[in-house]
Amino acid sequence: MNNRKETFDPVYLSANYFKVLNEVKTLIWKEITLEWRQRYALNGMLLYVVSTVFVCYLSFNLQRNLLTPIVWNTLFWIILLFTAVNAIAKSFAQERYGRLLYYYTLSSPQAIIISKIIYNCLLMLALSITGFGFYVLVMGNPVGSLSMYLTSIILGSVGFASTLTLVAAIASKAENNGALMAILSFPLIIPMLLMVIKLAKNALDNLDMSANQDEILVLLAIDAIVVALSLVLFPYLWRS
Amino acid sequence: MKKNWWKILTVVLLIYVLVMGLVGRVPRQPILNETVRNLYFHVTMWFGMVIFLFTSLVYAIKYLRSSNITDDDKSAEFAKTGILFGLIGYVTGALWGSATWGDPLPKDPKIISAAIAMLAYFAYLVLRGAFEDEQKRARISSTYNIFAFVIFNVLIWILPRLTDSLHPGNGGNPGFKIYDSDNVMKPVFYPAIAGWTLLGVWITTLRVRMKNLDRKVSEY
Repeated sequence: MNNRKETFDPVYLSANYFKVLNEVKTLIWKEITLEWRQRYALNGMLLYVVSTVFVCYLSFNLQRNLLTPIVWNTLFWIILLFTAVNAIAKSFAQERYGRLLYYYTLSSPQAIIISKIIYNCLLMLALSITGFGFYVLVMGNPVGSLSMYLTSIILGSVGFASTLTLVAAIASKAENNGALMAILSFPLIIPMLLMVIKLAKNALDNLDMSANQDEILVLLAIDAIVVALSLVLFPYLWRS
Repeated sequence: MKKNWWKILTVVLLIYVLVMGLVGRVPRQPILNETVRNLYFHVTMWFGMVIFLFTSLVYAIKYLRSSNITDDDKSAEFAKTGILFGLIGYVTGALWGSATWGDPLPKDPKIISAAIAMLAYFAYLVLRGAFEDEQKRARISSTYNIFAFVIFNVLIWILPRLTDSLHPGNGGNPGFKIYDSDNVMKPVFYPAIAGWTLLGVWITTLRVRMKNLDRKVSEY
């Protein structure tokens, strides 16, 4: 086994830039094919979002006037948070031990974590946009600036996906990883959740772009930090 | 004896801090009154917590580089001491808050970020409990430790943007200095930081030694 592949090594990465890129492309394609083949998982997650939204709708139905924009916004993000935790928790859990060993011989850990992050981002985007559509349909639409709100959804789902991917990798190493995933991820997701809720709130009130710039920059910065950390730390998880 | 000079220093410092903290002269301030003495007991806990969590991070990185299990022991024990100091900081802070702010736990970025840090490190301990194999536990929990510490720092940096703080030196409040204009508290405050931190280190080294002995016993 090539030892340089196992730890984070910028020299290796830059020298094999195209090789890693190729691996990433193949791995993402593999994830999508797998997901498409066992569609029940994808359908299950979509149904999860839709039914959660529906439960919220029924619970608030009696007192619609209690659903102020702040409650509307917070509720939506909490639904998305739980969806993200549930959807991403299985991204490593579904891999069999033997198959992991097989990947180990084929590709570098960086390629694997990057492909998982990108794939989870795509998955979260699909889930959250569908969720948003259904949420607006049943709960009404108080959003002032739709484009800004969609931006916050995109930034939020990308952020959730990148943070939760490494946590899922950690949780998958333990036996009962369902409960562990939630415990490990909630404290870590809070900074991102707070920022994204604030951004979404600004979009609800249709505030000027200049008011949002700060939040968008902070969210992008957190994303960058999280992805960099995942790249550095994943090889150590991978080895066990 | 030569190696233990710092333990004697700890005892001396803490006796000094306790005596001066409880009967020493402190500035008279409205609202704060005598609670200003809590400076020696509350603020020092937060200093200790941050120092220990940082040390825990350093040992986690060291473990990942060396795969030496004692580094992981130290990392875990420093994290536990950090949690202990954090909890004591919570209790002393709630006492202080109920006397001065009229609310033991108001909505305040420092309180929230400390609570989230506690949650993250409790999760760290739960994660450690989930593994049987020592090396595996060490590697995976070290990874989480690093991740948690970085996110915790991001959080400290973000939260003050969202809400104003009641704590001195935050959210447009003046720093603590103005309450201690004639500098009578500093000669006690700085030794208090050193004393409590050393006490934490002492507790940690004892626990690390105990763990080492446990391991040796179980090997036989």
